[in-house]
Amino acid sequence: MNDMTTVTRERVETTLKDWETDQEVRWCPGCGDYAILKAVQRTLPQLGADPKNTVFVSGIGCSSRFPYYVESYGFHTIHGRAPAVATGIKLANPQLDVWLVTGDGDGLSIGGNHTMHILRRNLDCQILLFNNEIYGLTKGQYSPTSREGTRSPSTPYGSIDRPAKPAAFALGSGARFIARAYDVAKQLPDVLTAAYNHKGAAFVEIFQNCIVYNKDVFADFTEKKNSDEGQLWVEDGKPMLFSKGTKGITLDREALALKVVDVVDGDWQAAGVIVHDVTNRSVAHMLVEMPFGLFPMALGVLYDDPAASFEQAVEEQHARLAAGKTPDLQKLVSQGQTWTVGAREETDAANAGSAGSGPEL
Amino acid sequence: MASAASKSTAPIASDETVPEAVVVRFAGDSGDGMQLTGGQFTLSTALAGNDLATFPDFPAEIRAPQGTLFGVSAFQINFGSSDITTAGDAPDILIAMNPAALKTNVTDLKAGGLIIADTGEFNDRNLAKAKYETNPLEDGSLARWQVLAFDISALTLESVKPFGLGNKEALRSKNMWTLGLALWLFDRSREPIIDWLKAKFAKAPEIADANIAALNAGHAYGETAELAVPLRQLHLPPAPAQEGLYRTITGAEAISLGLVAGAQLANLPMFFGGYPITPASAILHHLSRLKEYDVTTFQAEDEIAAIASAIGASYAGSLGVTSSSGPGIALKGEAMGLAIMTELPLVIVNSQRGGPSTGLPTKTEQSDLYQAVYGRNGDAPMPVLAARSPADAFDVAIEACRIAIQYMTPVMILTDGYIANAAEPWQVPDMASYEPFEARFLEEMPEGGLKPYSRNEKLARPWIKPGTPDLMHRIGGIEKEVNTGHINYGAANHQAMTELRRDKVQGIAKGLKQDVAIGEAAGKLAVVGWGSTFGPIHQAVRRARRKGHDVAHIHIRHIWPLPENLGDLLKGYEQILVPEMNTGQLKTVLRDQYLVDAKPLNKISGQPFRIAEIEAAIEGMLA
Repeated sequence: MNDMTTVTRERVETTLKDWETDQEVRWCPGCGDYAILKAVQRTLPQLGADPKNTVFVSGIGCSSRFPYYVESYGFHTIHGRAPAVATGIKLANPQLDVWLVTGDGDGLSIGGNHTMHILRRNLDCQILLFNNEIYGLTKGQYSPTSREGTRSPSTPYGSIDRPAKPAAFALGSGARFIARAYDVAKQLPDVLTAAYNHKGAAFVEIFQNCIVYNKDVFADFTEKKNSDEGQLWVEDGKPMLFSKGTKGITLDREALALKVVDVVDGDWQAAGVIVHDVTNRSVAHMLVEMPFGLFPMALGVLYDDPAASFEQAVEEQHARLAAGKTPDLQKLVSQGQTWTVGAREETDAANAGSAGSGPEL
Repeated sequence: MASAASKSTAPIASDETVPEAVVVRFAGDSGDGMQLTGGQFTLSTALAGNDLATFPDFPAEIRAPQGTLFGVSAFQINFGSSDITTAGDAPDILIAMNPAALKTNVTDLKAGGLIIADTGEFNDRNLAKAKYETNPLEDGSLARWQVLAFDISALTLESVKPFGLGNKEALRSKNMWTLGLALWLFDRSREPIIDWLKAKFAKAPEIADANIAALNAGHAYGETAELAVPLRQLHLPPAPAQEGLYRTITGAEAISLGLVAGAQLANLPMFFGGYPITPASAILHHLSRLKEYDVTTFQAEDEIAAIASAIGASYAGSLGVTSSSGPGIALKGEAMGLAIMTELPLVIVNSQRGGPSTGLPTKTEQSDLYQAVYGRNGDAPMPVLAARSPADAFDVAIEACRIAIQYMTPVMILTDGYIANAAEPWQVPDMASYEPFEARFLEEMPEGGLKPYSRNEKLARPWIKPGTPDLMHRIGGIEKEVNTGHINYGAANHQAMTELRRDKVQGIAKGLKQDVAIGEAAGKLAVVGWGSTFGPIHQAVRRARRKGHDVAHIHIRHIWPLPENLGDLLKGYEQILVPEMNTGQLKTVLRDQYLVDAKPLNKISGQPFRIAEIEAAIEGMLA
């Protein structure tokens, strides 16, 4: 990694308690958001994060209440627009650690456009998208990630549109970091840490159990009894193994697709299991598209290949263009072709061009 | 002070008197470079010391099909030796580069006015496109006017022959040939235009040379040709003006400079979030070149992201600014509510255009006053200021920055397509004469603990930047508790907070005194205007007063809250007339606020008022 993509921040010693606010947490009892909040509050001290330089920005929805519960700076904005607000914050002060908390409705429906552009621009921030495949705060309508056939107040006969895939959307938008975890996963702090250490936009999809409107919709892989078969935790430099090492993911070279293979006696090399390379974008595309059921759910850091971040590029261009120029307001307002009344002489006749210029469409 | 347009006569008059002012309109195909020609003629006019006002009028299409009626682009300039405040009611001279330009513009020309037409373009094909059955240059239909028709196309081709350009390329210099003739007509120096051409085509000197040759040829033609009508060269003496340094400025330039000045006076970096839209984009273009003034520009993915990013930047301690036109302002509405709720400074520039929906993108209108004052969900009070002219936009922008910062509130500036594009001479201000209004951030824990929604004497809350030790807190769009800023849905609290937000904005009116632009502070009739109608109202009231009518002109800059003395002032007049380029929006606000019988005068044609239209309304009311 070069200078453009390295995170250097001063460590500040804090404890979990330092990150808790005096506000009463108002999620439904048993909501997966509690576990995510605790994981974040546990991770921040480990990261050495500084509460005064930390800003949590959110949109609207259950997940977006998150900033009220973290003792840092926080901005609960409007539906879908948190990425745009975060962009303004980070451009105004690149020293701040910006965390964006959004949901499947906020980030992919009303705010899908902003999610796309913050990823494309690669603003340095952590984007936590809580995906519960439902609109919780508005009482249970199906969301853009709901599976076909989801029965909800607005789709009493089952939804008929196909769901969006958050990680695939993010990767398609140009994201340089994609990770996945679920609310109660013990690996969540590790995933958050990797996201924090990635300079640029780090997109983390967190499957979150809405116990009121979409209970256990991820149980097929999050339940203890399903975890071995249902979860593939990928790790850079490690073979893609699951089911206690008895199965792995290989590349079907003829079909140019991934497939599940059995691993006999732990000999994954013989089975042709792929070694995960977090910088391999092609493999990342295949991992985010892996259909669950035929495959386990790919979790962990799926892709991590940093590139220059937006606010850094803005700062550099700014510095380059401003270098050697002294701001002089009087000079600025006197620019263009000027003339003096009184002496009646032209003062700047050679510098023609800007005065009276025609309209710009 | 003499009225500009009323006294001007066509410069072909046989007597030797020099008119006080002349109105010239350049009209051609949108690909003919009429805006450029007009812009350079404006520059030359300014350098000659004449006062001036311009009106660029062009189609929304970038390159509309050639020769069509809807593809005509026009640029009007009114200039002279006296105070000029409008682009003129009717042209004295129309320069028509093709039949379509003649057809769409000739009816505006004064009787006896001069038409200069390029016969080279009056061929069957172009006549058909302009829906002329016979050639108007030959069929006598232009008898009311003087016609000077000759083959400008051929003369241009001849003049640029030495440069070996293709026919199409060579004909592009037609506008410079025409400009050369216009420069001769008004006894102007060609040097500044030549310098400008050399700079513009520095990378293609042969193009520069061809254009200069065309310019010189047009000039020489005026001097030497024996013209069909006795064209007389005119020298309009400079307009009396205060001593000092001058330049020309468009509204878009003035707003941009004013915003930079405002941020500097507040000692803040400026963040500008914008999204391309006509006619507001020019502000984004200007500001994107001013990095050394600590200006960050961000072209967002849409209008909502443009304002949301500006709000984020204000939250982080910059002066957030966004700009758009009507449709884009509508999209920003919800975010304005967020800025009102979180009480963050923000400046929103609305360059109004004809609406609703896409409406008339390149035409002017003042129909967003309701949207500016009332157009948000909830009780969402927001200060609104309006610029009266391109030059006035500079001070209005500074005033908007001051209010936004001192009152911790979003502020909207209303300009319009006319102000944004039009140019006028501007006396360069002495920046040292502006009082700084340095922004103050809360940086230490106050006695009694942190209360992000506590208030100062202006009812403004403290501005606390992320990054400040110990003052971590959360804000958002949910109703805030008085003082603490915690989430609070309580009935009494919402009542209290709504009233606080209202009182804070109303408080801006304290000490704001509405003056009378012309006339007495009481009398028979007040003509009350706002925004770009200033010029025509001003001249119309002057003319009426010269005829002995008891009429005054009041022009409102602070649209919301209205100046505290305005109600009493208006009640001193027997009648009130409100000319607006909408169906009567300020009229309704005045009636609502003061229970006065304000009468509307409305024009919703996408064109500015003519002086005569307002003058007639004044005389009608006083008859």
